[in-house]
Amino acid sequence: MLEIEIDGQKVEVAPGSTVMQAAQRIGKHIPHFCYHKKLSIAANCRMCLVEVEKMPKAVPACATPVAADMKVHTGSEKAVKAQRAVMEFLLINHPLDCPICDQGGECQLQDIAVGYGGGESRYREEKRVVFNKKLGPLINTDMTRCIHCSRCVRFGQEIAGVMELGIAHRGEHAEVMAFVDRSVDSELSGNAIDLCPVGALTSKPFRFGARTWELVRRPSVSPHDSLGANLQVQVKHDRVMRVLPLENEAINECWLSDKDRFSYEGLYAADRLTRPQIKHDGEWHEVDWQTALDYVVRTLGDIRKEYGADAIGALLSPHSTLEELHLAQKLVRGLRSENIDSRLRQNDFSADGRRTGTPWLGLPLAALSTLDAALVVGSFLRKDHPLMAQRLRQAQRAGAKICRVNAVADDWLIPLSAEVIAAPDRLAASLAAVLAALAEQTGQAVAASCQAAVAGITVDEAARGVAAALLNGERRAVLLGNLAVQHPNASSLQVLAAEIARLAGASFGFLGEAANTVGAALAGAQPSKGGRNAAAMLREPRKAYVLLGVEPEFDCADGVAARAALMQAASVIHLGSFVGSAAEYADVLLPIAPFTETSGSFVNAEGRLQSFSAVVPPLGDARPGWKLLRVLGNLLGLPGFEQESSEAVRAEALGEGDLATCLDNGLDGVQARLDAPAQGLQRIAEVPIHFADPLARRAPALQKTQDAAVPQARIHPETLTGLGVADGEVVRLRGSGEVKLVARVDVGVPVGCVRVAAAHPASLALGPMSAELSVERA
Amino acid sequence: MLSPQSLLLIDREVAKYPADQKQSAVMAALRIAQAEKRWLAPETIEFVAKYLGMPTMAAYEVASFYNMYDLQPVGAHKITVCTNLPCALSGGSEAAEYLKTKLGIDFNETTPDGRFTLKEGECMGACGDAPVLLHNNHKMCCRMTREEIDGLIEELSK
Amino acid sequence: MSEHKLILADLDGDRSWRLADYAQRRGYEALKKIVAEKIAPDDIIATLKTANLRGRGGAGFPTGLKWSFMPKAYTGPKYVVCNSDEGEPGTFKDRDILRYNPHAVIEGMIIAGYTMGCVAGYNYIHGEIFEVYERFEAALDEARAAGLLGRNILGSDFSFELFAHHGYGAYVCGEETGLLESLEGKKGQPRFKPPFPASFGLYGKPTTINNTETFASVPFILRMGGETFLNLGKPNNGGTKIFSVSGHVNRPGNYEVQLGTPFAELLEMAGGMRGGRRLKAVIPGGSSAPVLSGELMMELTMDYDAIAKAGSMLGSGAVIVMDETTCMVKALERLSYFYFEESCGQCTPCREGTGWLYRMMRRLEHGEGRAEDLDLLDNVAENIMGRTICALGDAAAMPVRGFLKHYRDEFAYHIEHKRCLVPVELQREGSRIYVRQD
Ligand SMILES: Cc1cc2nc3c(=O)[nH]c(=O)nc-3n(C[C@H](O)[C@H](O)[C@H](O)COP(=O)(O)O)c2cc1C
Ligand code: SF4
Ligand code: FES
Repeated sequence: MLEIEIDGQKVEVAPGSTVMQAAQRIGKHIPHFCYHKKLSIAANCRMCLVEVEKMPKAVPACATPVAADMKVHTGSEKAVKAQRAVMEFLLINHPLDCPICDQGGECQLQDIAVGYGGGESRYREEKRVVFNKKLGPLINTDMTRCIHCSRCVRFGQEIAGVMELGIAHRGEHAEVMAFVDRSVDSELSGNAIDLCPVGALTSKPFRFGARTWELVRRPSVSPHDSLGANLQVQVKHDRVMRVLPLENEAINECWLSDKDRFSYEGLYAADRLTRPQIKHDGEWHEVDWQTALDYVVRTLGDIRKEYGADAIGALLSPHSTLEELHLAQKLVRGLRSENIDSRLRQNDFSADGRRTGTPWLGLPLAALSTLDAALVVGSFLRKDHPLMAQRLRQAQRAGAKICRVNAVADDWLIPLSAEVIAAPDRLAASLAAVLAALAEQTGQAVAASCQAAVAGITVDEAARGVAAALLNGERRAVLLGNLAVQHPNASSLQVLAAEIARLAGASFGFLGEAANTVGAALAGAQPSKGGRNAAAMLREPRKAYVLLGVEPEFDCADGVAARAALMQAASVIHLGSFVGSAAEYADVLLPIAPFTETSGSFVNAEGRLQSFSAVVPPLGDARPGWKLLRVLGNLLGLPGFEQESSEAVRAEALGEGDLATCLDNGLDGVQARLDAPAQGLQRIAEVPIHFADPLARRAPALQKTQDAAVPQARIHPETLTGLGVADGEVVRLRGSGEVKLVARVDVGVPVGCVRVAAAHPASLALGPMSAELSVERA
Repeated sequence: MLSPQSLLLIDREVAKYPADQKQSAVMAALRIAQAEKRWLAPETIEFVAKYLGMPTMAAYEVASFYNMYDLQPVGAHKITVCTNLPCALSGGSEAAEYLKTKLGIDFNETTPDGRFTLKEGECMGACGDAPVLLHNNHKMCCRMTREEIDGLIEELSK
Repeated sequence: MSEHKLILADLDGDRSWRLADYAQRRGYEALKKIVAEKIAPDDIIATLKTANLRGRGGAGFPTGLKWSFMPKAYTGPKYVVCNSDEGEPGTFKDRDILRYNPHAVIEGMIIAGYTMGCVAGYNYIHGEIFEVYERFEAALDEARAAGLLGRNILGSDFSFELFAHHGYGAYVCGEETGLLESLEGKKGQPRFKPPFPASFGLYGKPTTINNTETFASVPFILRMGGETFLNLGKPNNGGTKIFSVSGHVNRPGNYEVQLGTPFAELLEMAGGMRGGRRLKAVIPGGSSAPVLSGELMMELTMDYDAIAKAGSMLGSGAVIVMDETTCMVKALERLSYFYFEESCGQCTPCREGTGWLYRMMRRLEHGEGRAEDLDLLDNVAENIMGRTICALGDAAAMPVRGFLKHYRDEFAYHIEHKRCLVPVELQREGSRIYVRQD
């Protein structure tokens, strides 16, 4: 450690730190614009100039390394003179249009400028005018205000992993822009808005929504992916106006994915459910709560009486809160049905009853950033887990080897050390090859559960490369993504991946499908013995369904089957925040409050329980789900529905013990087996990032992004030629139903496969996510 | 997009740098592309970027940073005159004025027949030979009296 | 005194740039000796220190010292880079060195590579002199064919590669870290230092950068010995230096003279003042150096220390001579435009300040100056200085301050009378197309 002195105050810092970091340690603020703790140092704004004794010129605090016995003055005459000069330069070409600027009130330039006073400008020449850029549906630009700090550019290069923005031209003509007016398509793009210290990049959806001082800021937790990003929700007149990151180094750091940031717009979608409704003679009628609940009690009672409790099935969204999931499963179990599931997109349930605990990430989220090696198996990493991908990107930048075994070679914007890309039916075999290679390289024996799978497998160079990469350094992890979890042979993939992790001395875990996947498992939102899982409930249709926050045609592994099952049911009780197509198959709609309007908890991928309160009151007659379920339990005469608060529900759901002790990825007595070779074209289906849950699906700005574009049938050129189809031609795809989509050459898709996104209106009719498809020219 | 000859030239440039530093060849590659296409259209820049495995925007930054790349179409003969102080003292500005009158265009304009584009240049490192002009970036014409300029324009008009 | 040529000596032959011709001028002797006798790198550095060779690119930093900064223990690749980006208005010596004596630069760079344990070198050549770039590439081919470059140079265990890289029109790439960025295929935006190139240079590896003339001097120094070279000049200012003389002289051109030669003699070598006019002002070290009055210059010798003492810089050795026909307001306006155009734009004071200075100068030149402008000009220039990432900010500010210091009256006249002190016809007469007669 070194000791230096800042404004007379002594501070100890590690060698190699900068004066800025030293100042921050003692809470001393040095004005700055280009400096940002998560980005590389640019030292270009020159705002942070300070005096250092014995140095002839003022030096930038952000870039000047500390040296023993350095004496720094941040407010001396020399320092302030320099800072004033820089401030004056920054303002000469600035429009000074604070009253009409969306950044007004939270503008670093404004804040610092005010501090330097200055009064009348000495600049009397003409000001530079910069044309605004079109950057897409999320980011609004006013480039005359840009101060060229280059934060947005560095963000793209370093954090998002893609240089969509750059600064073209030079000198005073230098301008932040995207290549010939392309939109910014990164799933992390909104962070550039936060990073921009002035009002050059602002939120398009928020534009002119409010002045920042009118906004009340409330903490919350993102209900989307399994990260559980911490949110600062900004509210005006009981309405959510904007969402910003709430910094949490352990989780989202200072970032948000665009989905976390912009999905709030969906809260006010046209089909937002605000009144209970009952369908009567095919017509919907708004009713009061009493009437609606009476109807539900009566219907469930009737069905139970007539067909037995087993005729009732419950599909629960893993985006629901822990409290809702707990009470929902308790209620259905109270009715004596075991048909309860939240694993809606899974296909393989053969591991049920053999788990030794609740599946989770296997290591703390923050540890992803400091791994030395990671093997990601079966994942659409970048879009399914934008900020986990970001952490792995940082690990790679620091020297980690990232490798993957996957069904598609999509671009994660992380340089990979090795990979095996194989069709879905070859994934298990590919893992077996990696396992065999590891056994070869480490001289260890493969466990009995995997021996059959490994027997006779040929170990190729690619598998060896993956194995070697995974052995890099000390901190290693094997991570299973959504494609693996939703695979028809998921349990084999898990057994093999876990064994790979064991031989490599790596942690093993699941990236996690949804905000509360871990919480749902903890809450018991799965069938126990004798119950039907999500797939079985649809395969063997029930008489009545209870839906919690689910849009089955989007959220289930086979949307077509789901819809059919619901259409035939005598009763569908829909608890949700939106109407959607429930209008067609449900007979009663119960408006429950979305995450912004209820208290609740999510347990994220790393097993962290995060509770939150409502940030606004429920819209209309909507009610927090937990309250509604509690009342319903009472009305049904079930015991144990007396909880006074969501905290009480949470306590009951989690029991006494430490949550962490429940987390375990073990499988007892499951044998890995390889898949039978597929006969036809195999479908590879991702869930597009902005279609993964009902809220995101309804966010207008997100729906205008490239990520929400109509899916195409992506096919390897060899396969495409074999089909006699040209790139860009429209094809008819047939699964259980059929759709027409544009076919696109994609060398990242294995031969014999068709990559078609699920959960999108344009491809819904295809049916199962994992299936064989036929493709022909339309 | 680019001719095999151009690609061959680019490959030769790439070979100058360490294998993981292909981007170092971008200036040469853009120069070669421009020599073939006369100017750098966005597609050309994108092609070069892809060829070198670098972000398109990074290639665009480079193309827009350096003066000798043309991001707008130019005439068959681009003539850049140095008017910086040392040259101006020995007739650089007068030569520029003469060219403007002779070609009937101002700086950054192209003659209607598309033959000539005139540009104002900065110091070319040849101040002792003022007036100096650069023809199509690569040929420096020194000590350009009015007669020399007449001769050059005549030659290039053929 | 007359010229004293080393680098520019005996280049009158019609193929002085060819290897054979260079060899006849004792070319590659120094390298051959080093390689054959396995001369210790430290000895080479010691010789350069004795010679007191100071960098010829502008800053005048002692070359021996710079070479000694390269980390010896570093095991990865190290690089040596030659700065032939010569874009400082008034400077045109490196072009002639490369045109007529490229092998001297190549030999100097190979020796540098040997001394500092570098794997490869790059010569970054100003884009506008593309023909010179092509000639340099041809010279490299010759050297390679002669076993002077590549693996096991001259049968030794020393291997070194050398390549040419061209700029494409950006003055700021002359700044060494801007040059490195450019070499890496990026915008030539200078880097903040520290770290210095010796620890974090090309591709983040230890790198030494010198000017063309600096490298070209190295073989001569090693051949003649450090002492002899030093004695050609004066203490702390060793050897000969090429001065690029431009402007209102009869014979503009490059003149290699001993450091410490009086300016008056240099002016004489350049044929004296054109048309016998009165010497008004001289910028003694490239356009960034503060201007000095003619009278003062006539008292000075041409070396780093003397010019610095007079309040300017020897810089790159570009001597811009202006006679009485020159309007100082117009001259400064043109220079201000240059820095405004060439600012890379990354740091605030330079990006914004150069525009401010130029716009004020343009207004002044157009007769729209205000009384308070002169103080403001000086203050804006002062506010840029010392506060930027690279010295381009200083380079933009120094001329402004120098012109104002020495010619304030002329600026004041301009503001008051809304026209030049020097009659326009006279100005036009002075800046007519002029071609030296050889
Ligand atoms: C704006 C600017 C432009 C420069 N241009 C050149 C140049 O054209 N040639 C050059 O050799 N050095 C130039 N320099 C100086 C270099 O940064 C560096 O000091 C020099 O190349 C070192 O070589 P030397 O020690 O041999 O002089 C420039 C510096 C600045 C700040
Ligand atoms: S001083 Fe000017 S040229 Fe140098 S880094 Fe700053 S902006 Fe760029
Ligand atoms: S914060 Fe230090 S220069 Fe910008």
